[in-house]
Amino acid sequence: MVELVWLIPMLPLLGFLILLITGHLLGEPRAGWVATAFAGASFIATLIVLVGLLGKDSHAGGRSYEFVLFEWLPAGSLKVEAGFLLDPLSITMALFVTGVGALIHLYSIGYMHGDEKYSKFFLYLNLFLFSMLMLVFGNNLVVTFLGWEGVGACSYFLISFWHRRESAATAGKKAFVTNRVGDWGFMIATFAIWSALGTVTYTEIANSPAMSAATGTAVSLLLFVAAAGKSAQLPLYVWLPDAMEGPTPVSAMVHAATMVTSGVYLLVRMNNVLTDDALLVIAVIGATTALFAALCAVAQHDIKRVLAYSTVSQLGYMFLAIGSGAYVAAIFHVITHAFFKALLFLGSGSVIHGMHDEQDMRKMGALRIAMPITGATFIIGWLAIAGVPPFAGFWSKDEILLAAWEQKNIGPLLWVVGLVTALLTAYYMSRQVILVFFGDQRWDDDVHPHESSWTMTTPLCVLAVAAAAGGAINLPLVKDWLVLEHFLEPIFHHPHHFSSGTATKIALAVISVAAGLIGISIAVLSWMKRRIPTDRLEPEFLENAMYVDSSYARVVGGPGTTGFQKTADFDRRIVDGGVNGLARAVMKLGQLIQPTQSGYMRNYAVGVALGALAILVVLAWGLL
Amino acid sequence: MATQSVLAFVGPSVNWWALLPQMILLGAALLIMLVSALAPKQTSTPFVTVTTMCAAITSYIVATGLWNDVQRDGPSSSIASAFGIDGFSIFFTMLILVALAATALLSHGYLDKEGIDAPEFHALLLCSAAGAIVMASANDLVVMFIGLEALSIGLYVMIAMHDRRQEARESAIKYFVLGAFSSAFLLYGIALTYGATGSTNLIHIRDYLGAVVFRDQHLLMAAMALLLVGLSFKVAAAPFHFWAPDVYQGAPSPVTGWMASVAKAAGFAALLRIFFAAFASHRIDWTPIVSVLAAVTLVVGAVMAILQNDVKRMLAFSSVSHAGYVLIAVQAATDQGTAAALFYLFTYTFMVLGTFAVVGAMGRDDDHPLANYAGLGRSRPVLAIGFTILLLAQAGIPTTSGFVAKFQVIAAAVNNKNYVLAGLAMITAVVGAFMYLRIVMAMYVDNEEQKSSVPSWHWSTKVVVIAMVGFTLLAGLVPQFLIEFAEDAVPILIRG
Amino acid sequence: MDVTTGWYLVLGALLFVIGGTGLLIRRNPLVMLMCVELMLNGVNLSLVAFAQRLDDIGGQTVVFFVLVVAAAEVVVGLGLVVAILRRRPGTTADDLSTLRG
Repeated sequence: MVELVWLIPMLPLLGFLILLITGHLLGEPRAGWVATAFAGASFIATLIVLVGLLGKDSHAGGRSYEFVLFEWLPAGSLKVEAGFLLDPLSITMALFVTGVGALIHLYSIGYMHGDEKYSKFFLYLNLFLFSMLMLVFGNNLVVTFLGWEGVGACSYFLISFWHRRESAATAGKKAFVTNRVGDWGFMIATFAIWSALGTVTYTEIANSPAMSAATGTAVSLLLFVAAAGKSAQLPLYVWLPDAMEGPTPVSAMVHAATMVTSGVYLLVRMNNVLTDDALLVIAVIGATTALFAALCAVAQHDIKRVLAYSTVSQLGYMFLAIGSGAYVAAIFHVITHAFFKALLFLGSGSVIHGMHDEQDMRKMGALRIAMPITGATFIIGWLAIAGVPPFAGFWSKDEILLAAWEQKNIGPLLWVVGLVTALLTAYYMSRQVILVFFGDQRWDDDVHPHESSWTMTTPLCVLAVAAAAGGAINLPLVKDWLVLEHFLEPIFHHPHHFSSGTATKIALAVISVAAGLIGISIAVLSWMKRRIPTDRLEPEFLENAMYVDSSYARVVGGPGTTGFQKTADFDRRIVDGGVNGLARAVMKLGQLIQPTQSGYMRNYAVGVALGALAILVVLAWGLL
Repeated sequence: MATQSVLAFVGPSVNWWALLPQMILLGAALLIMLVSALAPKQTSTPFVTVTTMCAAITSYIVATGLWNDVQRDGPSSSIASAFGIDGFSIFFTMLILVALAATALLSHGYLDKEGIDAPEFHALLLCSAAGAIVMASANDLVVMFIGLEALSIGLYVMIAMHDRRQEARESAIKYFVLGAFSSAFLLYGIALTYGATGSTNLIHIRDYLGAVVFRDQHLLMAAMALLLVGLSFKVAAAPFHFWAPDVYQGAPSPVTGWMASVAKAAGFAALLRIFFAAFASHRIDWTPIVSVLAAVTLVVGAVMAILQNDVKRMLAFSSVSHAGYVLIAVQAATDQGTAAALFYLFTYTFMVLGTFAVVGAMGRDDDHPLANYAGLGRSRPVLAIGFTILLLAQAGIPTTSGFVAKFQVIAAAVNNKNYVLAGLAMITAVVGAFMYLRIVMAMYVDNEEQKSSVPSWHWSTKVVVIAMVGFTLLAGLVPQFLIEFAEDAVPILIRG
Repeated sequence: MDVTTGWYLVLGALLFVIGGTGLLIRRNPLVMLMCVELMLNGVNLSLVAFAQRLDDIGGQTVVFFVLVVAAAEVVVGLGLVVAILRRRPGTTADDLSTLRG
C-alpha cells in the first residue's frame, strides 16, 4: 500500500486543476465541497499509506521508501531527481497536514460564505495543500525547495486575498520579502551541502560522512536562516503578525498549523548535519523568540494578533526543542500545536464571523452564552495551550522543557526562559478567554452574535477532541506509551534520550504546571479585580486603548507597562526597522547611482570610455 | 597549366546547405521589398507577416536538418573556416528563428494598432535576424563584425520606424551613436588581435595562442579588453548598459523584445565563441574581469530596477541583471558554465518576448506607468496569469524555466569555487524579485478610483503570450530536453 | 629617421582617441557622426599598418569591409539625424534627454 504515496499530493493537485477549470461554473458552495472532498481523500490516502507503512518491518530502515519519478535537473555532477521519500517523519507530517487541512477546508465552506471570490479561495487552499505535501514528501532538498516556494507563493496570495484592503496587500508583500531572505539561506545551504557532500538527496545525506566542523556549522546556520524565515523566528518573524490580514481559515491552516512548521520539519529532516555549535544558537534564538513573542502577545487587543504572537512564541518552543537535540519533542509539539492552535484560530474565526467582522477583543465579552459550541471548544484549546494536564499541550511542552533542562551548556537558563514563557502563555490566553467569552457584553446593541453553521462547528469539535487527547500519542513514564518516539526513532542519527530520573521529571512537570496555573490565576484575578472599578469607567476604557495597559500595569506593576511598551517599540523600530532598513539601503544605493542614468548621450559614452579604460588598465596592470 | 591555375581565381569551397537558413531570410526580405515596390499603393501587412513567418518556419526546418547532420557527422566549418557549422551556431540559429517568428507576429499587431504601413519593417527584421545568425556562427572576427552591424543597422531603423513619436527617434539616435562608438572599440580590438596573432580567424588565433608564449602580452591584452568592451555593450553589461533602459523604453515594444532577446543572445554567442573557445588558453586573464563585470551588472540591474516606476524601464533594468547572470556562467569558462549560459539565454528569450508582448499590448501611446496595470487581474484574468508566470519566471521561482536557468548558472559558479559571485547572484535575485512582485501586485490590487480602460489585445499578442508561457512552464517542469540541447551546443572551433 | 609601422600604429591610436574624445565633448549630432568615422579610420590605419608589418594581405582586405560597413552606418545615421533636425532645427545631442532615470 506504500506505493500509493503519490496519491497524497496528487489528489489536492487534481482538486486544484478541477477548480481552475470549472471553478466559476461550480460556484458556491459546490466549489468548496469539491475542494474539501479532495483534501479529505488525501487524508484517507495518507491513512492507507500509514497502515501500509506500519505493516513493514521497523528495523534497519525498513520503513523508508524512495520513489523516483524522473530526473529533473542534471547540472554537471549533480543529479536532482523528482521523487518522494516516504518514512515515518514524512508520513507523520502528512497525517496532520491533510487531517487538519481537510477540517479547515470544511470550515471554510461556511466561513467564506458570500465571498465574491469563493471558488478562488478553495483553489488556493488546494494548491497550498499540494505544495505543502511536496515539501514534506520531497526526497531531496530541491524538491522540498519547490514545495517551500509553493507554500510561500500560496501564502502571499492568501494573505492578500482581500487585496482591496491596502493593509492586506502590504502584508502580502512583507511576507514575500522576508521569506526571500529565508529562501536565500535555503539556496546557499543547498549549494553548500552539494559542494561538500556531492548530493542533495536526503537518504544520501544521512549516510554521508560528517562535514568539517566549520562547514557543518555554516550549513546548519544557513538552514536555520531558511527555517527562521518560514517559521517566523527572530529576527525574521515580522511578517507573521501582519499575515493575519488574510481570511481566518488561512491563518489557522497556513500561519499556524502547517506552513510555519515547515522550518521545524526542515531542521528535523536534516538532523544529522546540525552541529552542536549551531544547535546552541538555535536553542538560544528559539528560547528568545518564545519569550519575546509571548511578551508581545500580552499587549495585543486584536483577537487574531494575540494568537499570531502566540504562534511565534510556540514556534520558538519547537526550535528550543531542536536546539536541545530533542527532535521528537519538536515534532510532537508541532502536532499538538497544530491541533490546539488551529482550534483557537478557527474559534476566533467563528467569533469574528458571529460578531460581524469585529476583531477587537475590547468589543466582545460574555460570548459563551451566544456561542456555546465555539466557547466550549475555545476553552479546551486554551487549556491545551496553557499546559494544563491532561490536555495535549501539556505533554509536548513538558517534554520540551525537560529537554531544555538537560541541554549541555546553558540548560537551566533555557529552562527558566521556557518556564517564564509558559507562565506568560497561560496568562495572555486566559486574558483572551476572559475578554472574549466571560465578563459583560461590550458589543453594541445592533450587533447580534450568533453561533456559526455546522460546517464551522464540526471542525471545532473534532479539533477540540484532538487538542484534548492528542497527548496520548506520546505519553512519558511508561516506555511502551511513547508511540511517536518509537515510530520516528529510525530517522535520527543520534536518538535523544532523557537522562533525568523519574523524580526530576515529575518535579519539573509539577513546576511547569504550577507556572501555568499561576499565569491563569494572575489573569483571572487581575481581570476580575479590574472589572469592579472599570465597570464605572467602561466608556473611557473602550475609548482609550492605553488604559488597558495601565490597568494591568496596576497588577503587574509600573515597570511592567514600560517593559511591554518597550518590547512593542523594539518590535516596531528595531526589528521591523531592520528589514525595512535593508530595503532602504538598497534604495539609497540606487539613488546614489541613479544620476548616472542622466539621459545625456555623452555621459553614457563617458561610461563606456571609462569602463574600457578600466579594463585596459586592469589587464595591463595584471601583467606588470 | 601551372600559370593558368595561378591566374584563375579559386574561391573557397562553400557549403551552401549550411548557409541556407540565413539565405532564406535574406530572400524573404528581398521578396518583401520587391513586392512592396511593385505592388500598387499599399502592400497589405498580412502578406508581409505571412512571408516572414514562412521564412522563419522554413529556415527552422532547415536548421533542424543541419542539427541532425552535425549530431551525426560532427561539426565543420565553411568558407575558408570563416563560418562555423556546429551545435553552437545551430542552437543560436534556432533561438533567433523562434524570436523572429514571435517578433514578426507582435510587429504585425503593433503596425496594425498604430496604423503604420511599413513593409520594410519586416524586411529589416529579416535582415537583422540574418545578421544575428551570422554573428552567432562566425568563426572569423571580421565576419562576426559584419553580422553585428547587419543586426544593429536593421535595429536602428526599426526603433525609429514610428515617425510620430519623439521618444522613438531619441532612443534610435542614442542607440545609434553609442552603438557606433562601441563598434569602434570592438573593431579596434579586432585590429589589435590581428596585430598580435596575425589573423582574424578564431581557429588560427586559438592555435597561435596555444602554441606561442608571448614575451610582451600588452597588445594581446589590449585587444582582449577592447573586444570585451564592444561585446559587453551589445549584451548591456554594466558599465556599458546605460543605453539599454532609455532605448528599451523609447523603442516600440516588439523591437524592445527583439533587442532584449536576440541582440543579447547574439552578443553572448560572439562573446562565448571568442573568449571561451578562441582565448581559452588565456582564460586566467579574462575570467576575473568578466566576474567583476558580472557582479557590477547584477547589482546595478537589480538596484536600479527597484527605483523605476515605468514598467518598460523596470524590465529594461531587469534585462541588464539577466545579462549579469549569463556573465556568471561565462566567467566559469567551463563546458558546464557555457551550457548553463546557453540554457539561460534560450529560456530567457521566451520569457522576455512574452513579457514585452504583454507590455506592448498594455501601453497606449507606448506609455507604461505601473498604474496602467492596476486591475488587470480582474479585467483580463487569463493573460494576467500568463504575465504573472512570465514575471515569476524572470524572478527565478521554481517550476518555471527561470528557476532551472538560475540554478544551473549558480551551480556553475559553485562548481568553479566562485562562492562570492554565487552568493551575490542569490542576493540580487532576492532584490530583483521585489521588483517583479511590484508589477504582479499592481495587477491584482484593485484601485477603484483609477480604473484604467484596458486596451483590446491583438490576437497575435495572445498567441505569443500563450506560447511563451507554455514553453516557460514546460522547460521549468521537464527541463531535461533543453539541458541536453544546450550541452550538445557547447562551442567547438574546427577547421573545415 | 625611419618611419616604421610603429609610427602608423601610434597615429592610428591618436586618431581613435581624438575621435572618441570628440564624441564625448561635441553636441552637434553631425559632428558626433564624423567623430565615429574618425575612430573607424584610426582603426583602418592600424589594420593596414599591421598588415604591412605581418606581410599579410588579410588586414588590408578587412579595411574594405570596414569601409562598406561604415558607409552603411552613415546612411542610417544621417537619416536619423535628418529626421530629428527636420522636426526641430538646431537640436543638439543634449536636447535628446527626455528618456532618463
